[in-house]
Amino acid sequence: MLSLNNVSKVFDAGTVNEKYAVKNLSATFAKGDFVTIIGANGAGKSSILNLIAGVYFPEEGKITLDGSDITRIPEFRRADRISRVFQDPMVGTASDMWLEENLALAYRRGKRRGLRWGITEKEREFFIEKLRPLGLGLEKRLSVKTGLLSGGQRQALTLLMASFNNPSLLLLDEHTAALDPGTAGKVLELTEQIVAENELTTLMVTHNMKDAIAYGNRLIMLSAGNILLDISGEEKQHLTVAELMQRFADLSGEELDNDELLLTS
Amino acid sequence: MGFSLGSFLRSCPGAIAQGIIYGIMAMGVIVSYRILNYSDLTVDSSLCTGGAVTATLITAGFSPGVSLLCALAAGLVAGTVTGLLHTALKIPAILSGILTQLALYSVNLRIMGKPNVTLLNTELLISLRNIPRAILIGGCFAISVIAAMYLFFGTEIGCSIRATGSNEKMARAQGINTSFGKVLALSVSNGITALSGGLIAQYQGYCDINMGRGAIVIALASIIIGEAVFSRIIETSKISFAVRLFSAVFGASIYYLVITAVLQAGLNTGDLKLFSAAVVAIVLSLPHLKAMKKGKVRNDAKSE
Ligand SMILES: Nc1ncnc2c1ncn2[C@@H]1O[C@H](COP(=O)(O)OP(=O)(O)OP(=O)(O)O)[C@@H](O)[C@H]1O
Ligand SMILES: [Mg+2]
Repeated sequence: MLSLNNVSKVFDAGTVNEKYAVKNLSATFAKGDFVTIIGANGAGKSSILNLIAGVYFPEEGKITLDGSDITRIPEFRRADRISRVFQDPMVGTASDMWLEENLALAYRRGKRRGLRWGITEKEREFFIEKLRPLGLGLEKRLSVKTGLLSGGQRQALTLLMASFNNPSLLLLDEHTAALDPGTAGKVLELTEQIVAENELTTLMVTHNMKDAIAYGNRLIMLSAGNILLDISGEEKQHLTVAELMQRFADLSGEELDNDELLLTS
Repeated sequence: MGFSLGSFLRSCPGAIAQGIIYGIMAMGVIVSYRILNYSDLTVDSSLCTGGAVTATLITAGFSPGVSLLCALAAGLVAGTVTGLLHTALKIPAILSGILTQLALYSVNLRIMGKPNVTLLNTELLISLRNIPRAILIGGCFAISVIAAMYLFFGTEIGCSIRATGSNEKMARAQGINTSFGKVLALSVSNGITALSGGLIAQYQGYCDINMGRGAIVIALASIIIGEAVFSRIIETSKISFAVRLFSAVFGASIYYLVITAVLQAGLNTGDLKLFSAAVVAIVLSLPHLKAMKKGKVRNDAKSE
């Protein structure tokens, strides 16, 4: 279980550029939740994910994961429990390293790294077994540098890497935004499959309202660093894009800008 | 004094021996420059630290082998200092190296107790008094370093350092302590450099406080020459990293052959550093110049 307790993040505090990216935000996410997060540009979606992942620490508030306080634990130390896929496909893998080396790095997430060889034959077989169902032929390209893969292939690979070692939490920050619509659809399907298979608690940021409604069991809309709408269960299943836009307008007193929040893909 | 082929050929073995020993330094620089993507200027002084430790210990009666081990250790410490300045104290990469480099000048003077130490009438592992033996011993050292580095960077720790250099964000997301990786890599890099310095001091029979000035430039030249010659094999080989390391030793030998040739053709020794810097500047700018030329060609094609 993940909970954020009155969390705030300020950038450039004390200057004219002072900006609350997240403001007094509290939320609790249950084990097994698949939460989609939407909101306009600058609403604070990435900031929240970064706070949870430990890229930076909040000025105020407390973040707990499965009962332990992780508010100020360094990013690399919480990576054993929190795995991520980024918006930019370049960020998820080490492009100068082979596909199998990337998988082996992820496979050791949260384990002690010593002077043993960086990858074993047994792992290689395991990776092939895991890559085959992706249907991208990657199982035959274990010694190709990931820099040579397409964006979609890299995101699929990063997703697979993120699923290793049974993480408590999977964070997806617009991980399909840089892909063409067809590939984005496939990566989303794969996401759902991997999440279901490993019963991962997932937070998925998206700019696509349809996807936000179609996937997951809970939808959160952010505005100005806080939660504006929180819809789950039965209510979320019957939600439509039009209704979502109406509720946003009612709450915030503004019209939603279609450019900011894509209605279709 | 014109260029004479005969005398050039006679100096070739010496140039190759020198190239092999400096090639070991170039392999150390590969760790910072290529694996970590970090321009580490500590090298200019840690090379001398290795030489100073070796020369001083040999003069004090220690065996050349033990002296080299101590040189290696001193280099490891020097690199650690640069690494900590950068990671723990958040000083920019280049500046961290410069600070350690400057500090080491005083340290090196302290180690030697004077600006230079000569190694006369002592048993040495490697010396220009016997060049074929120097090539053999230097070659053995180079091969050992290649093997050790190849194995190290294949281990879990080695892989995590490579990931840190390739993509720091990814490395952290995979639970890698990137600060530790950087410190370790800089330490290894300067350790190897100091080992090379120890061999150089023995080879030339002395260590001088100015030894190592411009070493980074020699290392970069060696790396780039080697990569240019071996680019295809580096791209395709299954043991690409070992080939890359070997190519740096090869590149250093080419570098010293060229230097020997231009010196014999009449270049003033004092102008040598200007020459080296110019060559490296040109080589480093080649990729950019090529890209610019291509861009221009494309523009021309469009306007037609
Ligand atoms: N490193 C930073 N330094 C200064 N300001 C920042 C930084 N990161 C984010 N911000 C600011 O915080 C606010 C929230 O940014 P954030 O990236 O979380 O938005 P987002 O909801 O992810 O937007 P987008 O849809 O564009 O990705 C923005 O106003 C942004 O300008
Ligand atoms: Mg964002």
